[in-house]
Amino acid sequence: MINKKFRSIRDGFGEALVEVGEKNKDVVVLTADLKESTRVNLFAEKFPERFIEVGVAEQALVTIASGMAAEGKIPFTTSYAVFSPGRTLDQIRTTIALNNVPVKIVGAHAGLGAGPYGSTHQALEDITIMRTLPNMVVVVPCDFEEAKKATKEIAKNKKPTYLRLARQESGRVTTPNSPFKVGRAEILRQSKNPQVAIVACGVMVYEALVAAKELAKIEIETEVINCHTIKPMDERTIIRSAKTTGAVVTCEEHQIDGGMGSAVAEILSRNFPVPIEFIGVPNVFGESGKPEELFKKFKMTSKDIIKAVKRVLLRKNSV
Amino acid sequence: MEDLKKIAKEVRRDIVKTLLEAGSGHPAGSLSMTDILVALYFGIMHHDPKNPNWKDRDRLVVSNGHTCPALYSVLARSGYFPIQKLKTYAKLGSPLQGHPEREKLLGIETTSGPLGCGLAQACGMAWAARLDNSHFRVFCTVSDAEHDEGNHWEGVLFAAKYKLSNLTLIVDRNNIQIEGHTEDTMPLEPLKEKYIAFNWNVLDIDGHNIAAIINAVNEARKVDDRPTVIIVHTIAGKGVSFMEDKSEWHAKVLNKEEAKLALSEL
Repeated sequence: MINKKFRSIRDGFGEALVEVGEKNKDVVVLTADLKESTRVNLFAEKFPERFIEVGVAEQALVTIASGMAAEGKIPFTTSYAVFSPGRTLDQIRTTIALNNVPVKIVGAHAGLGAGPYGSTHQALEDITIMRTLPNMVVVVPCDFEEAKKATKEIAKNKKPTYLRLARQESGRVTTPNSPFKVGRAEILRQSKNPQVAIVACGVMVYEALVAAKELAKIEIETEVINCHTIKPMDERTIIRSAKTTGAVVTCEEHQIDGGMGSAVAEILSRNFPVPIEFIGVPNVFGESGKPEELFKKFKMTSKDIIKAVKRVLLRKNSV
Repeated sequence: MEDLKKIAKEVRRDIVKTLLEAGSGHPAGSLSMTDILVALYFGIMHHDPKNPNWKDRDRLVVSNGHTCPALYSVLARSGYFPIQKLKTYAKLGSPLQGHPEREKLLGIETTSGPLGCGLAQACGMAWAARLDNSHFRVFCTVSDAEHDEGNHWEGVLFAAKYKLSNLTLIVDRNNIQIEGHTEDTMPLEPLKEKYIAFNWNVLDIDGHNIAAIINAVNEARKVDDRPTVIIVHTIAGKGVSFMEDKSEWHAKVLNKEEAKLALSEL
């Protein structure tokens, strides 16, 4: 049962999917034996004729969806991110991205949230994989409400899209009224004279806000950007913020290599180079443990963000 | 039927000329697929070259995309584009890519090349057709060596589960792949019995008999409780004596003398 007080990102996806299904009869949902844990059971109960169970067959999951999309359907495929897009890169590349059909690839349990299951089930490479594919849109919602909005919007965008869902319950960051548009980053915390920009996505947005609040107490003002769309990234907001602050810290529940932070660095190195510190997994595999233990191990807590902000400030001031 | 045989002959000549011009491509599979594609486009499928996106057209997924020199020739001879365009195959800027792309050429239902992905896409199309109460049929061609791919068998399971009787799979059973004969590289036999065990309707026919291919597809139309696979026994490199049943011609480039000799036999 959904905890009304503190609802998870995947619950937001599952609830919104039912609304999307009600509004648009072309929406179909496919899963690879993970109906319940990817929260598509709600859709399956309401629209059994538009729900497809393919079995533990992720390659079929995305290729069948490609065929349906070629016939005008808007298929949402769900699995764990390690399996899809992890296992299904080739199929996604050829039959979805290159075909340019509007399949919505939903990767659940992304990041370290699969904790005790171990590194085999912790998808830490999926942002990198998906953001390099031409035509692909990549969205990483930060909480329940944002997952709802993202689900509804990508159902209408007519493009191949990857929706990355964390498993763990994130802190609540947005409300039903918070603005959301794919491709537009939101500045969640602003100050008169910010010294550092903290760019985050997914559950790291909450950590970034906690860090910013603590930093304000010691008179380090920051700007916190919720960069939920990894691709196409909101270049204007990122560049403007780098110009205002002169230093950036990026935060993601993903490998540092090739992820959201890399995308930010690519934009800034071309347009307005500033010192950047990266929070994320440092090109190692995870291991079994509670997600919060893993976040500590990989220096991805709000405390680590505070340290990174101080480091980047030193670099900025020594230039 | 004599007309279709004549077309098949022209298509085989096109393949040789196209591959010589390109200096690239897959002759053996293109030649073994020729009669299947001629049967589909000239004797089986409902389609309109002047309106390639016609809603009620039959769909064809060519999972074995490397055989596209044959597909391009058949499309051209059906009227999708001028035959002279075959000369541009695999050249920069051409809509006739080395492997077929849906976004580049009207008439191509889906991009293919990486093997084993076509059947599952055809399943998606057939499932969608049923949901929409559409009456078009979905055809899918696969090579025999594609049966090495897990993705293909996932599609085989799915089509049986959802009893996709509007789907017809055509296997180009030419017995070769890059490294050699299929039964040496990765044995597939008994292939017919495998499909029977997976709850498919199975037909087994001579692949270089266009009438037999058309008849088999008509037989498949009568079955309404499961998908049909037609295992079409073909000869790799069919029509060119020095290529027939030779795996080294899977992707070998023809030189001028070889092309001349091949054309003299066709």
